[in-house]
Amino acid sequence: MTTATRTDYEVVVGVEVHVQLKTRSKMFCACPRDYFDTEPNTHVCPVCLGMPGMLPVINEQAVAFTILAGLALGCEIPDYSKFDRKNYPYPDLMKGYQISQYDQPLCVGGALEIEVAGDHRTVNLERIHLEEDTARLLHRDDGAGGYSLLDVNRSGVPLMELVTKPDLRSGAETAAFLRKLRQILRYLDISDADMEKGSFRFDVNLSLRPRGEERLGTKVELKNMNSFRAAQRGIEFEVERQTAILEAGGTITQETRGFVDATGETASQRSKEEAHDYRYFPEPDLPPLQVSRETVEELRARLPELPDAKRERFERDYGLTHDEAIALTETRERADTFEAAVDASGDRKYARAAAHWFMGDVTRHLSDLGPEAELSDSKVTPAHVGDLARLVEDGTITGSTAKDVLDAAFETGEMPAAIVEARGLRQVKDEGAIDEAARKAIEANPKAVADYRSGKEAAIKFLVGQVMREMRGRADPAGATEALRRHLDGGA
Amino acid sequence: MPDTIDLDVPAHEHAARLRAGDYTARTLAEATLERVRAQEPSLHAYITLTDELALAQAAAADERLRAGEGGPLTGIPIGVKDLLSTKGVRTTAASKMLEQFTPVLDCTVVQRIQEAGAVIIGKTNLDEFAMGSSTEHSAFGPTHNPWDLDRVPGGSSGGSAATVAARGVPLSLGTDTGGSIRQPAALCGILGLKPTYGRVSRFGVVAFASSLDQVGPFGLDAEDVARLLGVIAGHDPNDSTTAPVPVPDYTEHFGRGLGGLRVGVPQQFLGEGLDDGVRQAIEQAIGVLEANGAVVDRSVTLPSADAALPVYYLIAPSEASANLARYDGVKYGYSYTSGASVEEEMSLTRGGGFGPEVKRRIMLGTYALSAGYYDAYYLKAQKVRTLIRREFEAALSDHDVILSPTSPSTAFRLGEKLDDPYAMYLNDLYTIPANIAGNAAISIPAGFADGLPVGLHLAGRPFEESRLLGAAHAYAQLTDWHTRQPSLPAV
Ligand SMILES: [Zn+2]
Repeated sequence: MTTATRTDYEVVVGVEVHVQLKTRSKMFCACPRDYFDTEPNTHVCPVCLGMPGMLPVINEQAVAFTILAGLALGCEIPDYSKFDRKNYPYPDLMKGYQISQYDQPLCVGGALEIEVAGDHRTVNLERIHLEEDTARLLHRDDGAGGYSLLDVNRSGVPLMELVTKPDLRSGAETAAFLRKLRQILRYLDISDADMEKGSFRFDVNLSLRPRGEERLGTKVELKNMNSFRAAQRGIEFEVERQTAILEAGGTITQETRGFVDATGETASQRSKEEAHDYRYFPEPDLPPLQVSRETVEELRARLPELPDAKRERFERDYGLTHDEAIALTETRERADTFEAAVDASGDRKYARAAAHWFMGDVTRHLSDLGPEAELSDSKVTPAHVGDLARLVEDGTITGSTAKDVLDAAFETGEMPAAIVEARGLRQVKDEGAIDEAARKAIEANPKAVADYRSGKEAAIKFLVGQVMREMRGRADPAGATEALRRHLDGGA
Repeated sequence: MPDTIDLDVPAHEHAARLRAGDYTARTLAEATLERVRAQEPSLHAYITLTDELALAQAAAADERLRAGEGGPLTGIPIGVKDLLSTKGVRTTAASKMLEQFTPVLDCTVVQRIQEAGAVIIGKTNLDEFAMGSSTEHSAFGPTHNPWDLDRVPGGSSGGSAATVAARGVPLSLGTDTGGSIRQPAALCGILGLKPTYGRVSRFGVVAFASSLDQVGPFGLDAEDVARLLGVIAGHDPNDSTTAPVPVPDYTEHFGRGLGGLRVGVPQQFLGEGLDDGVRQAIEQAIGVLEANGAVVDRSVTLPSADAALPVYYLIAPSEASANLARYDGVKYGYSYTSGASVEEEMSLTRGGGFGPEVKRRIMLGTYALSAGYYDAYYLKAQKVRTLIRREFEAALSDHDVILSPTSPSTAFRLGEKLDDPYAMYLNDLYTIPANIAGNAAISIPAGFADGLPVGLHLAGRPFEESRLLGAAHAYAQLTDWHTRQPSLPAV
């Protein structure tokens, strides 16, 4: 799918994504990897401080995590990989070079299929490699002029870089790709992939070309986007900006531009002339990495079921709609919770009802608890939801009673079945009782009766509601409708 | 009492006398410090003397000795090149950049000699960041050759070589990236061994060229060198380039003699550029080997070895340009702080903190790695390096050792080559191939030319240090060069 720009141009987008891996220790030393919310310069050692004579030791877990990502994304895992030094001077770079991978990354190729507005597209990957994060410069201004403080806790945090081919054709596609990628990384449990904490960061390369043209236009690098929405807005702004330049007969400058969230615009940061020569060369402190086929197969066996496969299975096994299955496989936790609820309900035939409750009232309750709240933050367990689904589906309680039961469950943590029994909430199917309530409702609401008789079908719903009210929500709605019609139509 | 101790003996004799209780590690340390201090005005072999540390280590050694414990290094004074990190003792790399830098931990090698009970007397002088062949490129002034104080001791481990040659300490540690142990050993008339790359940990050793640097021992005889190597060698989990090869008893070849030793003598190493006096001494040494059963083959060739020097001067500076990038004044060390911007301060720190030879090599390496030059320089150098390694492999498949002079000349005068970097670089013509190939190599005292020591160089197969030490030991049974001792004025 391609998004039409104003008239003749199509945008070609590739992304570079940096992902901090959730390893125990840093990339090349034994320091704890976690740096977010830590006291500055407490997770440091001579190695990640870049002291003289210190040597790196490869974190095997980081290598395994990167290969896991590669396998999940269909990359080729070469037998041989190596680390290189990327040289550039900057105060946050403790050694004056970053240990990265230049021409022999851990993972090569691969692809990710995305879905945008029902259309499927395959985004091919260039590579995935492993490197180390830099320290953090914290800029301060005490009034007497600005200065910078250095927090080295982040120095040496394992960083996985993924580069796509220029296969994306719109801001929406780019956002969809990034979203899907983050979802997979979280499924793999190899990264928090949290943009706010900086564990998922990306840059965008884009260019415009006349539709139908093979050759790529002048490349602009886009930085500083801190959300998927920002990626989409940034790209869309660039398409507008560059289209205007091209239509006016101008040329695009090769440069790096920063997205400004407040305005939704981009601004020039650096032109090509200032670009670094990184002087890559093989890292002499580390031997080449041999990746055995056994290791790759062991890791492949550790791959969890991924979102697409899980979604398809949910559609197939539980009879969910595509959208339901997408919603319930958003995170592994949510999918697991759903499946646990189905298990607890005792039968797969209750699956759709469980899905319905999860996506509706359960979600509403959770959002009351907080923006990030999960079921585990509440008193309700998957078993509660499964129980509820069963009670509704087998007719023990009505849908309207079920809402009250769920409210009570969130409040007390009691199981729905227990709540129903304790409060006498079972659905009433007793025809006599319903018939009596229907008669009362007709007597008490002459206007609705008149409306119904004059052809306003909707009036029956009002009357059903009155029957339900009379019976404190426990009436079988179908039975109530039937009884009302019998009285009204029969009496005509 | 200190004046009853004979300080001119090798370490293993001290070890025997310490065990016998003839004197204590403490009295030995005191006597050693006294002699070293007396020699310093003439030699300037040390950047820092570590009296306090030495006496504490000696006390600990005495306890072990009294308990009948300890090994060959327990209580033995040792000099440590000031490129090896010592916890709590400043480690300068002979650079203004690190003049006030005190490491927070010991390098693996220092840790190992301390565990073995060695007594560290001081941190020895060197060419700044080990870049040089004369120890003149030290920010703390040059070291003098004990055989002639107007001459250089060689380098970069000149301080370590000079203090052992002067019998200040019986043992010392140096590093060898392009001959930096073997050349000063030759110029000072002692033994110096460069282990196989990957044999000794580089963890905590201020890096010059990571794919070439190796720590190694200096000593007065093969036994001392073998014992010290035995302590420092071995795999280190902190250095991924160390090999998991078992550490043998490096004296295992002692007593086997020279019979059947297959010695390859490439004629290219005895040709142009070699001083006559050195050639004569080497030929004489070859004669001794041959007369005692060694099989000398002068037909062996290492065609690409002539390219080792240019290869070295591309690879070593390239790696150094990255290794020395961390010295920017931001974290530790010399720092220029009055600049207009952090970039300017980093630039002025490096401009003011590094000496001219270091800057020359950083620029050379930066250039060789630059876009557009990488393939022609760095990459090509790596390809030639592979060739040289293969030629060594081939030559050593039917020879046990490759013999050459260690240095084309004897010790030269201070200042003589300081303004001619290329002439200085040629000092390492015979030693550098072993660094490029990664092989083990040793320099052995093999006579004199005009009163100055000449070193004989033997290169062996990777991880066959024992064979080199066996040959050195056998040769020393037939000659007394290693017992010759310089006489220092007023000591
Ligand atoms: Zn660390």
